[in-house]
Amino acid sequence: MQNLHSLLDGFAHVATPMNLLIALLGVTIGTAVGVLPGIGPAMTVALLLPVTYGMEPTQAFIMFAGIFYGGMYGGSTTSILLNTPGESSSVVTAIEGNKMAKAGRAAQALATAAIGSFVAGTIATLLLVVITPPVVRFAVSLGAPDYFALMLLSFVAVTSVLGASRIRGFASLLIGLVIGVVGIDRVTGQQRLTFGVPQLADGIDVVVVAVGIFAVGEALWIAAHLRRRPAEVIPVGRPWMGRDDWRRSWKPWLRGTAYGFPFGALPAGGAEIPTFLSYATEKKLSKHRDEFGRGAIEGVAGPEAANNASAAGTLVPMLAIGLPTNATAAVMLAAFEQYGIQPGPLLFERESGLVWTLIASLFVGNLLLLVLNLPLAPAWARLLRIPRPYLYAGILFFASMGAYAVNAQPFDLILLLVLGLLGFGLRRFGLPILPLIVGVILAPRAELQGRRALQLSGGEWHGLLGGWVSGLIYTTVLVVLFWPLVRRFVLRRRARMVTE
Amino acid sequence: MTVLVGYVPSPMGMAALQAAIGQARFRDEPVLVVNTSRGDAYVDPCFAQQPDLDAVTRELTASGVPFAIRQLMQGRDAAEEIADLADAQDVSLVVIGIRHRSPIGKLILGSTAQEILLRVSCPVLAVKAATPRRISRATGPSRWPLPSEP
Repeated sequence: MQNLHSLLDGFAHVATPMNLLIALLGVTIGTAVGVLPGIGPAMTVALLLPVTYGMEPTQAFIMFAGIFYGGMYGGSTTSILLNTPGESSSVVTAIEGNKMAKAGRAAQALATAAIGSFVAGTIATLLLVVITPPVVRFAVSLGAPDYFALMLLSFVAVTSVLGASRIRGFASLLIGLVIGVVGIDRVTGQQRLTFGVPQLADGIDVVVVAVGIFAVGEALWIAAHLRRRPAEVIPVGRPWMGRDDWRRSWKPWLRGTAYGFPFGALPAGGAEIPTFLSYATEKKLSKHRDEFGRGAIEGVAGPEAANNASAAGTLVPMLAIGLPTNATAAVMLAAFEQYGIQPGPLLFERESGLVWTLIASLFVGNLLLLVLNLPLAPAWARLLRIPRPYLYAGILFFASMGAYAVNAQPFDLILLLVLGLLGFGLRRFGLPILPLIVGVILAPRAELQGRRALQLSGGEWHGLLGGWVSGLIYTTVLVVLFWPLVRRFVLRRRARMVTE
Repeated sequence: MTVLVGYVPSPMGMAALQAAIGQARFRDEPVLVVNTSRGDAYVDPCFAQQPDLDAVTRELTASGVPFAIRQLMQGRDAAEEIADLADAQDVSLVVIGIRHRSPIGKLILGSTAQEILLRVSCPVLAVKAATPRRISRATGPSRWPLPSEP
């Protein structure tokens, strides 16, 4: 009951004209960056973070939440009309969505994506309201060793579960950890990796890292691959659905939500796994299985619902524990720190107004997104006509302005360029970006918790094994780490048994 | 000598193509169809996709005029590409389609037709589509009669 009351309070805060306007701005920007391939919500939040310094934290987070949700909506438009996923979370949507569009059913595909996203987003946000407070109560009972273990799990999961190559994932994570520990050691006061440069003593600002890796890296990458054959956009009218489409869509929406939310909430969840699982399930359960591969509406409805539900799921660990599970959440977590707000279980106590307003704004943003996307999908598709040089010139402008605004030091611009080159290198060699960002953001906090645990035990290693929670987490970490070895062993034995 | 036609997938482009075919027959010269894009946007409505190119090929084959089709994507404006091709390929006539543009639109976005008219060294034939989409009051149909069908 207490939660419901707080949520209603949150709605009261959102419903001021200024906050509604900011929510509208957020979802509009979010949809736009979702539509454009290569520019995602994580990059956008990082770019806009310095711009929001003048705002109240609540308003900034209303905008960020809008961008986050909007990106999930916008990605589907590009997937369906262009067969180029705007976001990694809508890769699966492109499989059936583009086929539907080519068969002249683009309007229905866009409609089921938008309405499914709305349904899933609303249900998942409700789940967020119900589930987060118990998670917070549990998180408060955790000690430093448990947090350290959780962060280790997050590192391992983000590198091993997602992406094609574990080695690339770990390489990226280690680069992130190195960037994360630059600066003065808070316990001993030693300078680490500063090379005698005084500006590095405070560490490298997360905003500079995020903007450099996401924005400058992407801009360099696009500049290196500028010429490409323009694709054909499939003309579409106003999205709408017939009675038959509704009948075939509602079950996939609900199943997609059921997949998306828990996967979003797990470390290393993200939207890729649940969208793919949802697609596979719908393919198996559908009565129109022959239509799969030629444009089945279930194959759009399920994954689109799953990716929006996972967006809400991502917010559970972010708000309750301070653990990011995708790139946007990682950057939003950095934003909390920029505003001097300590993320973690105490967030609900200390900043209860902010958190509940943020959650209420998710409901409002979802509704706004439905209104924006359903009638305006063809208009959004026109964004793809913008020549990329103009687009990326604007992004670089915001990137340099943002990096400079953090500390007003020209040195940060040099750092920005260096990190941009690093971002280009990551893309060139196929290293995933998420582990790096998670590493940069969690490295100082993991170090803090780990050393706190060691200090409490007087430097004894068993201090890291706090209780059953950390024990359980370490077991999971080991299983995830050694799973490929175990599997190979099992397979070999099985093969040997077969040959014998 | 060749007749060069700047083609875009629209009624205006089709009108230019038909005019070029007429000119090629009259001069007994081959047609060179050129379609360009800077290739820097994800979507370019001026870039002919396969169905459009098929329609062009059909039209040209039916006319019996020898022809070649070139699609260029080198990061340069259509006007630059056509002017350079006209100089390099020994072109006798350039045919382009034109449409009504508002002064503000021209001020902001520029006019490819105007660029070509001023840049190309050989004569340029400018053709309007048979059914103009928009006719402003100032330059209504009475002052600018539509060209009769060839």
